[in-house]
Amino acid sequence: MCGAEVVDRERAAWRVLETVLDPEVPALSLVDLGIVREVHALEDGLQVVLTPTYSGCPATEVIEQSVVDALAEAGFGPVTVVTRRAPAWTTDWISDDGRRKLREYGIAPPGPVQASEGVAIRIVRKTAAVACPRCGSTNTERLSAFGSTACKSLYRCVACREPFEHFKPI
Amino acid sequence: MTASIRPEHRADVEYLLRLGDTTLILGQRLGEWCGHAPILEEDIALANVALDLIGQTRAVLTRAGEMEDQGFDEDQLAYLREERDYRNLTMVELPRGDFAFTVLRNLFVSTWLKLHWERLQDSADAELPGIAGKALKEARYHQQHAADWVLRLADGTDESRARIDTALAELARYVPEMFTADAVDAAAEAGKLGPSRAALREAWEAEIASVFGECGLTLPAAGAFVSTGTQGVHTEHLGRILAEMQYLQRAYPGGVW
Repeated sequence: MCGAEVVDRERAAWRVLETVLDPEVPALSLVDLGIVREVHALEDGLQVVLTPTYSGCPATEVIEQSVVDALAEAGFGPVTVVTRRAPAWTTDWISDDGRRKLREYGIAPPGPVQASEGVAIRIVRKTAAVACPRCGSTNTERLSAFGSTACKSLYRCVACREPFEHFKPI
Repeated sequence: MTASIRPEHRADVEYLLRLGDTTLILGQRLGEWCGHAPILEEDIALANVALDLIGQTRAVLTRAGEMEDQGFDEDQLAYLREERDYRNLTMVELPRGDFAFTVLRNLFVSTWLKLHWERLQDSADAELPGIAGKALKEARYHQQHAADWVLRLADGTDESRARIDTALAELARYVPEMFTADAVDAAAEAGKLGPSRAALREAWEAEIASVFGECGLTLPAAGAFVSTGTQGVHTEHLGRILAEMQYLQRAYPGGVW
C-alpha cells in the first residue's frame, strides 16, 4: 500500500464516518460531534481512535459498534476501535457545521468552554446568554442544569415561550 | 453462588478503590432517587449525576484491576467483593435521607472528588490523568448543582432551613474521614500516584465556606470521631446496599447486558 493509497483510504473512511449519526442526538454525525479523533489505514483494515463524551455516556458501546458496522459495510475490512481519554472531549470540538445542525434540530449549541473552566463555585451564576434555537431571542431562562441525556440541559425561551434543550459546554 | 473475590491490599490499589468505591456507592445511592425526586427536573438531574459517577467508577475500577494484576475487571470488582473489601468514604453509604440530606452530601462529596480529579491530572500513572481530566468536567457540574440547592434550601423557608440544619448535623461527623490520611495516602503521595487526603482539607473547607457564607451556615468544628469506611470497616448500611447491588451477579454469575 503506497502513501497515496493510504491517504485515499483514510479520506474515504472519514466520509463514511460523516454519515454515522450519534444515537442520542441524531442531528449530528460522530465527526460533527468531534469524537472521531484519528483514522489510520492499516495493511489490513482500519484503526479508528474515539474519545468518549461523558464517563457514563450509555451510548459509548453503541457508537463503537456503529463505527465498526459502517466501515465494515463500506468494505474497509477489519476495523479496530481505540478509546482515548486524554485530552478529554470538549464541546469546543463540535464543528461549525455541527453547531448549525444542532440549532436547526432545536438544540441550542454550546458556547465556548473557557468561560466555565477553573471557576470554583459561581454563587451568582454568570453563564453566557443562551439564544433560543427557534426565535433567536437571548431572553431565556434555565429550568435545569441537566436534561434528557448527559450532554444537555433544559431551558425555556421567555420571548416565544418554547422550552428547548441546550448542549452543555464542557 | 459466585465466589467472592479478594483484591490484594496493595497501597496503590487501595488508593484507587477509595476513589472508585466512593463514586460507585454514591452513584448507587443517587440512583435510588430515580422516580422519587421532588420534581421531574431533579429526578433527571440526580440520575444524570449518578450516571456520571458510575462512568467514573468503571474507569477507576478497571485501572485498579490492571494494577492489582489478578485479572479482575470492573464488574468483578464492583459486584463480587465482600463488605470489608470496600473502601468508600463512610458518608456515601448512609441512606439517601431527604432531599436536603442528598444535596448537602453531594456538595461535600463532589467538592472532595473535584479536588482529587484536579490533582490527579498530574498523576504519574499512565491512565489516571486521562480519567481525571474527563471526570473533573463532570464534577464541576455536580458541585454547582449541589451548591445551588444548598443555597436555595438554607435560604428558603423555615422548613427547608430546618432540613438543611438537620442534614448538616448528621453529616458533619463523617467529614473528618475525608482528610484523615494514613499509610495509603503517604504511599500515593510519595509515588506521585495522587494527593494525600490531608492535602485537600484547606481547599475543601474554603470552597464549602464560600457556599455556607452566602446562606449563614457554619461547618461545625471536627470532633474526635473518625469514621472508617476507607479502612474497610463500615456502617450497617453498606451490607444492605451491597445485597441489592450484588444480587444479579450472584444469582446469574457472569451475566452481561
